[in-house]
Amino acid sequence: MAWRDSRAHRSRLLLFMASIILGIAALVAITSFGESLERAVDDQARTLLGADLELRSAEPFSTLAESVIDSLGGAQSREIAFASMAYFPKSGGTRLAQVRALSGEFPYYGELETIPSGQGARYQAAGGALVDQGLMRQFGVAVGDSVKLGTYMFPVVGELTKVPDQAGAGMTIAPRIYIPLNLLEQTGLVRFGSRVSYRVFFKFEPGREVANLAEQLENRLRGQRIRIETVESRKETFGAVMKNLYRFLNLVAFIALLLGSIGVASSIHVYIKQKLASIAVLRCVGAQIRQTFYIYLIQAGVLGLIGSLAGAALGTLIQTFLPRVLDDFLLVEVDFILSGTALLKGLSTGLVMTLLFALLPLIAIRKVSPLLAIRASYESDAATRRDPLRWVIYGIIAVVVVVFAVSQTREWLYGIAFAAGLAIAFGLLAGMAKLLIWLVQRFFPRSWSYPWRQSLANLYRPNNQTLVLMLALGLGTFLITNLFLIQDILLRQVAASDSGNQPNLIFFDIQVDQNEALGQLVHSKGLPVYQNVPIVTLRLKSIRGREVEAIRDDSTSSIPSWALMREYRVTYRDTLINTEAITAGTWVPEMPPPADTVLISLESGIAEELQLGVGDDLVVDVQGVPLNARVGSIRRVNWQRVQPNFFIVFPKGVLEEAPQIRVLVTRTQSAESSATLQQAVVEAFPNVSAIDLTLVLRTVESILNKIAFVIRFMALFSILTGLIVLVAAVVTTRFQRIQESVLLRTLGARRELIRRILAQEYLYLGLLASLTGVLLAVASAWALARFAFQASFQIAWLPLLSIVLLVVGLTVLLGMLNSRGIATRPPLEILRAEG
Amino acid sequence: MDIASVLKVENLTKRYRSGERDLTVLDHVSFEVETGTTCAIVGPSGSGKTTLLGLCAGLDRSSEGAVFLNGVNLNELDEDARSRVRNQYVGFVFQNFQLIPTLTALENVMVPLELRGERGVQPRAEELLKRVGLGDRMDHYPVQLSGGEQQRVSLARAFINRPKILFADEPTGNLDAETSEKITELIFDLNRAAGTTLVLVTHDLDLAGYTGRIIRLKGGKVVADERVEMLDA
Ligand SMILES: Nc1ncnc2c1ncn2[C@@H]1O[C@H](COP(=O)(O)OP(=O)(O)O)[C@@H](O)[C@H]1O
Ligand SMILES: [Mg+2]
Repeated sequence: MAWRDSRAHRSRLLLFMASIILGIAALVAITSFGESLERAVDDQARTLLGADLELRSAEPFSTLAESVIDSLGGAQSREIAFASMAYFPKSGGTRLAQVRALSGEFPYYGELETIPSGQGARYQAAGGALVDQGLMRQFGVAVGDSVKLGTYMFPVVGELTKVPDQAGAGMTIAPRIYIPLNLLEQTGLVRFGSRVSYRVFFKFEPGREVANLAEQLENRLRGQRIRIETVESRKETFGAVMKNLYRFLNLVAFIALLLGSIGVASSIHVYIKQKLASIAVLRCVGAQIRQTFYIYLIQAGVLGLIGSLAGAALGTLIQTFLPRVLDDFLLVEVDFILSGTALLKGLSTGLVMTLLFALLPLIAIRKVSPLLAIRASYESDAATRRDPLRWVIYGIIAVVVVVFAVSQTREWLYGIAFAAGLAIAFGLLAGMAKLLIWLVQRFFPRSWSYPWRQSLANLYRPNNQTLVLMLALGLGTFLITNLFLIQDILLRQVAASDSGNQPNLIFFDIQVDQNEALGQLVHSKGLPVYQNVPIVTLRLKSIRGREVEAIRDDSTSSIPSWALMREYRVTYRDTLINTEAITAGTWVPEMPPPADTVLISLESGIAEELQLGVGDDLVVDVQGVPLNARVGSIRRVNWQRVQPNFFIVFPKGVLEEAPQIRVLVTRTQSAESSATLQQAVVEAFPNVSAIDLTLVLRTVESILNKIAFVIRFMALFSILTGLIVLVAAVVTTRFQRIQESVLLRTLGARRELIRRILAQEYLYLGLLASLTGVLLAVASAWALARFAFQASFQIAWLPLLSIVLLVVGLTVLLGMLNSRGIATRPPLEILRAEG
Repeated sequence: MDIASVLKVENLTKRYRSGERDLTVLDHVSFEVETGTTCAIVGPSGSGKTTLLGLCAGLDRSSEGAVFLNGVNLNELDEDARSRVRNQYVGFVFQNFQLIPTLTALENVMVPLELRGERGVQPRAEELLKRVGLGDRMDHYPVQLSGGEQQRVSLARAFINRPKILFADEPTGNLDAETSEKITELIFDLNRAAGTTLVLVTHDLDLAGYTGRIIRLKGGKVVADERVEMLDA
């Protein structure tokens, strides 16, 4: 019976189904992808580390550490890594790069992939360098050319295309250069004050218990500031990052599904409304409420099942594209798998969602009176709205959404927050849509010509799906616009620091004896020196009388160990700079030499982490010399400026004699003058590195683009779902439109006029929906800019306008395509259409 | 051709193809309706009344024969031109009212004139609605009106363009007896006042009795064409 009843509308039902397909497809694709990602991480965990064990330190290994390393055996590989300017004599280009000086056969698992291939195993013997592909392309360098690091010229023997421990996005931020460790000395690069990381990699014979070993090492190397990394620990950190990515994508897919479900609900709603008469007739001939109810519930169930099946199939297919989309963020090779759990999850979610959302309009059937067969009545609406069952279903839907979100985020708080956020977003969209609809109705332009008014009035037709369409299209617009605006804010923020007289070029790692000469060099190019800051490195010894090691090992302390153990780069000066403001205590500009307790200034964030306030005492260790200090003031620092900012600032008169390096800040007017200066500096002071703001800007932009691409890919599902809901809605109301168009023709309207009315209706719809989305996106972007990024907010109107135009264009196009033929139906039909 | 006959039907034939066979719904029907007269087309259900009316109003094309509306051969006009003719000379009343659900009563009445692009038609629409007794329901939507009230609105709409000829297809078919009577009275009152030619399709002989002429249709053929002396003419 359920099947027979659906006969007349089967093609329309197919469309209803389509709205669920994409959501399920996204869900299945992401879930299977997540599963194969997990498997890939398991299989390839060794390549993530490239070794069985890694010891890492920010300073050369002590003799004690060296003896421990010696005792471990196995194959060993050493690496010294640091940032340095790479200079390409061929083009004269120079740029900051990550230099990795290696000895031994690391990576033991995975390989340094190069063009020509195999150079990863040969560059050490050849005494040449492997250079990141992007870097080579940027400066037009080819294999056989050379790269100068510090004072040594390396032949480029290979182009690095892939390294085991860095994804594509990372390569963009810090392009790598590999050189043989035995040539490091010749570069003269590792000097006092450089930030260097020292590593040893181990490969053990199979069967050695690395986990046990790591535990023992933990004890033997206590107090050595050495980080021990095993395949397991690397897998955990990497897995956690990947899982977050995967869960995020999953939630985005869920939004598409939710949107599809709303589409299903609204389609079924209209479908049932149109079926009310036949339902009433069924009731008249003796069908029980239960029977009629099940007829439609079964229809919806079958619909949901077929839709979910199709979605699962499509999703499995889409899964093959995901690794390519995510290429820039993946470290492992992800293979295609047919995931049973993913399919099952997709099918069950699809079925549950369809049934739940179908129930909403379906419960109205229980209230259909057989009388309806005799006399059409519109009173049933209010009764349904008061139906308590309706609220029960809403409740179940809310629970399902929360359960899904919690199961994805694996945390109650986040799950509920996501569900709540979703509810708020939908609520806002719906509210906004309702407001716009209300405004239009309220200020209805009575003086407009007939087609404009008629098409506007059509938005309020009985059984209209205006709200649903505005939700579906509006959400898609919102996602895209929001994404765009956030990207824009971030870019503007970086760009803003390159405006006016803001510094845009920073030189660091300057040795004290180079400082004066470098300053003169900058001046000789006609450029200003904005800041020339000394940097002293120090560590914390104790805070408030307690050794930092003791605090670290104390499980009741909530001070993070990174804040306790890190190396602090501090400066000393007698004035505040324009990115700083004192929030507590008083600023002490200078302390005369025989002071036994120095009053220092802490940045507010780090003061909070260290749980220090004004007046608290601490002892710092300046290159082996202990120094008593007291918190004299707390500063708020605006970190968003590209210039050296510090957690800790000392007054003048204390650290002048301590070993130190310097940083110099200047501003160049053009990319060329920046390049010439950097070149001159690299030639005269090969150990000095530069951060060029324009480069940072470009890097940020390219990273943002990569992230945006991934998000856009997922947002696409929501947008497509929105469009399908639109098509379904147009098709659903087609009969009504045909009737009306025929009536208008009978009354003497030309076909062109009818087409115009239709087109204008979609125009309004597209406009209202895209405006809703854009307005909300602007509001949320504004809030983000104001509260999260603390950036000024400007709207790029032109792109927003094009988004609106695009959505409107698509809406009108799809609407009109699906309305083909409506204007040309022979008008005689109207006389036959019986009430 | 005599312009005194606003509608002239010549050998009108309509066939529908149903499967393999042709179904002749109208079979060489001919008649003329003089300007200002009233006329009823009666016949059992399925006899082709609606089809005939539709052809007379140019809502469909005939298989054979011609329809002259106000002297114009509808066969020679394209779709849009026939729409224009309808908009100018024809009024319609349907069995199932056929109001546009998204427009208020007042707006529904204004539609024919607005389709012409006329402005300032509201006063005339209001006046007509008052005439049909709906002066206080102008801003109501069709769903808020009873069947009888909806039919009054559609009557007002039919007369707003001052049609030369009014086609009514079983205008009381969906109404109860009492309401039917009122609507019938209204149709004839308005018709008389406006001097419109009325072509009324019905299977209700009482209703047909109000007209000056009854054309009987059976199996697609005219079986009788009787003129009645109008008592009050
Ligand atoms: N589109 C069509 N295709 C086939 N037959 C039709 C079509 N439209 C009407 N008919 C047939 O034409 C005949 C006359 O219909 P109609 O003019 O509506 O009769 P009446 O209005 O007198 O009841 C009916 O038998 C009907 O089945
Ligand atoms: Mg009929």
